[in-house]
Amino acid sequence: MAELLFWPALLAYSEAAVAYAGNARRPGRAGRFATWGVRVGWLAQTALLGVQAERSDGFPWDTWAGSLDLFVWLVVTAYLFWGCRSRFRLLGLAVMPPAVGLLFAAWLGGATKTHVNDAYSSAFLALHVGLVLAAFAGFTLSAGLAALYLWQERRLKLHRAGGLLGRAPSLVTLDALEGRVVAFAVPALTGGIVAGFVRLRSHGGSVDALMIVTLVTWAVFAAYLVLRHGLGWRGRRAAYLVLAGFALVVVARLGLPLTHFA
Amino acid sequence: MNLLLVGISHRVAPVELRERVALDGDEAAALARELAAEGCEAVCLSTCNRTELYLAGGTAPDVAERAVAALAERAGLEEGRLRAVLYRLEDEAAGIHLFRVAAGLDSMVPGEGEILGQVRAAFEVGQPGPLLDRLFRQAIHAGKKVRTETAIAESPASVSSAAAALAEQVFGDLTGCRVLLVGAGKIGELAARNLGSRGAEIAVVANRSLEKAQELSGRFGGRAISLEELPTALAGIDVVLSSTSASGHVLTREDVARALRDRKGRPLFLIDIAVPRDLDPAIHDLDGCYLYDIDDLESVVAETLAGRRREAGRAEAIVLDEAERFRAWEASREVVPAIASLRALAEEIRESELDRARARLERLTEAERRAVEAVTSRIVDKLLHVPTVKMKEAAAGADGAVYADALRHLFGLGDDAASSRHPRQ
Repeated sequence: MAELLFWPALLAYSEAAVAYAGNARRPGRAGRFATWGVRVGWLAQTALLGVQAERSDGFPWDTWAGSLDLFVWLVVTAYLFWGCRSRFRLLGLAVMPPAVGLLFAAWLGGATKTHVNDAYSSAFLALHVGLVLAAFAGFTLSAGLAALYLWQERRLKLHRAGGLLGRAPSLVTLDALEGRVVAFAVPALTGGIVAGFVRLRSHGGSVDALMIVTLVTWAVFAAYLVLRHGLGWRGRRAAYLVLAGFALVVVARLGLPLTHFA
Repeated sequence: MNLLLVGISHRVAPVELRERVALDGDEAAALARELAAEGCEAVCLSTCNRTELYLAGGTAPDVAERAVAALAERAGLEEGRLRAVLYRLEDEAAGIHLFRVAAGLDSMVPGEGEILGQVRAAFEVGQPGPLLDRLFRQAIHAGKKVRTETAIAESPASVSSAAAALAEQVFGDLTGCRVLLVGAGKIGELAARNLGSRGAEIAVVANRSLEKAQELSGRFGGRAISLEELPTALAGIDVVLSSTSASGHVLTREDVARALRDRKGRPLFLIDIAVPRDLDPAIHDLDGCYLYDIDDLESVVAETLAGRRREAGRAEAIVLDEAERFRAWEASREVVPAIASLRALAEEIRESELDRARARLERLTEAERRAVEAVTSRIVDKLLHVPTVKMKEAAAGADGAVYADALRHLFGLGDDAASSRHPRQ
């Protein structure tokens, strides 16, 4: 059943990615096809996660591949809040192709198989993994917004903005959304880190490299919020900081199988 | 089709003539009522680029004559002079023309958006009957479709609208954005009005002559300052629009850099439409500052106009598709009454035969009687299904009227032009 739901999700996301590319070249119908692809794929993936949750005795996404599957769903969910608006379709081009790649990688890693890890309690996993992944999904989306901001800002600086007009969100909108998404993600990551450290303290264990990377990621995004609200860091500098933080998120995601699932 | 269009537009007449036949909303409504009183459907579309009368349902030559006479009378022109520039389109050509107009394809700037609202307004105050009602609704639908499915309307077509569109690309909705207008000339005022029409507030007007600044700021409801006060006025400003005749820069990079410190990262958009330029080009290098001069704006307009022309081909395809749908609907009007009469006749026969058999059917239970009713209904439906489909297919071609006549003749149906052709009251 999980396999049956996986393929429609992947197919719909792929269709959305291709349609977003078509829409970037020639806006119009392709953009609407893309939006519907995201919606249909999200519904299929939600059903897939629902089936996995229903069949599993514990937290079903405790493998690297499973967590990747959940991560993709969270990213697409966050994108769906804005992705249906025509001006955010360019953001879809930044979000959907990686989502397709990551979902396929999750399938290769066995994300659709039911797996129960006895080493961790379901409550801990739901809290720790759920919060950290939600935060990472938020950082991924904010990185997409930051990339779109920088690209658009460069076009405006080079006086090549003609093709942008009416097709992309404004700089101020992108910047504000980026700040809002980070403001949501940092508390989530804080909660996830606290849950992880509480367990580490009660069950024993040492701090590994991945935890340090995660802490540095937290520090970068927390600094972003402080600089933004305290010193008025906005625009290009803020976008570069978000991209730097996102690079750490990528390192953390890639390091996960080496430290937590080795 | 019995559809007629007489009109004048920027393609055939100079503005001196167009302005004389232009009608405001009330006059367009009154003329439509006047023509409708003669028993036809009428809608008058009048904009700065065109005045067109769409008529349907009357005897074509008379209606056209009356329309031309009415227009000439309102314009105070001799009919002959007006007739020389009027165009006249009938049936399918008139329909396609309206669809192209609604899509902005017949406008001076392809894809301009204002015309769709003007078509809708004309329809609302007009006197449409079944034909013009359908025609205008479908034209408005085609106009919307062209705007959503192509990028034809997404770009500005003038320097001032390009400036406003670029400001929107930086700030999004301009509502609440504060504009500093430097210079009290006409061009700057026009550009400022464009920003104002999108919600921006003309907060400050700066000019070498404070009196002129006060006069202009009074019209916008802003504050007047002298050019010397410019650097200090920048702190609360989002858009600077400059068009003075000064020979040097009225704002330097250093002035703006100082102001940026208090802006907490909020971007500043600067429009310099003066020649020689008012604003130091080095301002553009500052983080969060976007400076566009007249050449930059003109190149944006040129780029977007080229894009509009590219999109026009796609828009034409949509218009033709919608026009074909309208033509099919119009053609089906010829056969629908005949089909309805045939179905009514069949139903009448079925019911009368059931009545004749009622005595024999009384022995049946209620459920059995309902089954007999259902069986007879299904037989009628199945028998008439293929002829109905074939008739509609024929209507979509050119043979609708022939088939409808044949049907009436074969089944002895009466004259059934049932659809009302009276304009709405």
